[in-house]
Amino acid sequence: MKTERLVAMLARGAGAEMRSAAAHRVPIALGLALVPTFALMQILYGVRPTLAVDSARWMFWAKLAFVLAIGLAGWAAALRLGRPGAVLARLRWALAAPLAAMWLLAAAELLPAAEGGRAALVLGQTWLECPLRIAILSLPAFLAVFWAMREAAPTRLRLAGAAAGLCAGGVGAFAYTFHCPELAASFLGLWYVIGMLIPAAAGAWLGPRLLRW
Amino acid sequence: MSDYEERLRGLLERALQGDEAAYREFLQALVVRLRAFLRRRLTRAPDEVEDLLQETLLAVHNQRHTYDRSQPLTAWLHAIAKYKLIDCLRRRARRELLHEPLDDAPALLAAEDRDASDARRDLTKLLQALPPRHRGPIECVKLQGLSVAEAAQRLDMSESAVKIGVHRGLKALAAKIRDEG
Repeated sequence: MKTERLVAMLARGAGAEMRSAAAHRVPIALGLALVPTFALMQILYGVRPTLAVDSARWMFWAKLAFVLAIGLAGWAAALRLGRPGAVLARLRWALAAPLAAMWLLAAAELLPAAEGGRAALVLGQTWLECPLRIAILSLPAFLAVFWAMREAAPTRLRLAGAAAGLCAGGVGAFAYTFHCPELAASFLGLWYVIGMLIPAAAGAWLGPRLLRW
Repeated sequence: MSDYEERLRGLLERALQGDEAAYREFLQALVVRLRAFLRRRLTRAPDEVEDLLQETLLAVHNQRHTYDRSQPLTAWLHAIAKYKLIDCLRRRARRELLHEPLDDAPALLAAEDRDASDARRDLTKLLQALPPRHRGPIECVKLQGLSVAEAAQRLDMSESAVKIGVHRGLKALAAKIRDEG
């Protein structure tokens, strides 16, 4: 086929073609993914019985805000990177801000703490299982976001994959807060971050394979 | 803003509102620049210029909804062209690693008597290899110029299925090109 003919073919009837965009698909996909995510959380770990009591503490809400902010920043970054030629620009700050806030809280917790109490704050009771559990709970959202990203056209596949993975990590961490008893900022700023970085790293690894177009 | 940017932007905005003539003009204006862009960068493989040009055009078409009106259009186009160029070079490197000896003189000679504006890959053949749910709508709407309603009637499909068939079919065509290369 000559290029001239291809041009004619592409132009013909182009106005009538269906339009779809990743921006519309991501919220739908994530919304649908919440069902299996919470089912998985309930089956594997279960909602914590003291959830109602914990929700009276402000740190519980700070923790929710933290994981949601990271998930949303990942989502925004993935959508931005899904457009050819787009740069992250100020979105970098949206990614860094929740992290910086949590680390400030952690510093405020650790500095006045007694020498022996610091390790207890950082390790909590569940540091060993926390990151892997967050990674497992981010699986449905991971599949959903990558499915939605097929309508996008990222030109930096690793970065876009990492952003999509981070978004899924935020969703996984969100679901895990309904089970997890830890409320120390020192714990969240380390183990939750590692948990959310696992799907982000998987996204960066799989991006060049799954997001090609 | 350069004249070229302004002109292309005007054409694309009209095109996205359904003006087919403006869209054809947009693509034609793009072809000339893209060919020069690719030829300058594919000096070692001049016979792949036209193939890559067609692949890039298809990519621009398939991804046209990812253009953000608040951003420069030429930056968006450049990013697509660069992405497709790098993808092509990567595939080429892999292919040559597997099949072609380094001193490949006959291929070089053969490449010289070919008309540079002839694509080596025939998109018509690739189109025919698509499954019927994609091929039918593309043949009716994009090749024969039927309206969506006429195509729907002829193919015994719903109108939205025809639109989706065209959209997904052109994406499947791009995927075929990618996997083949």
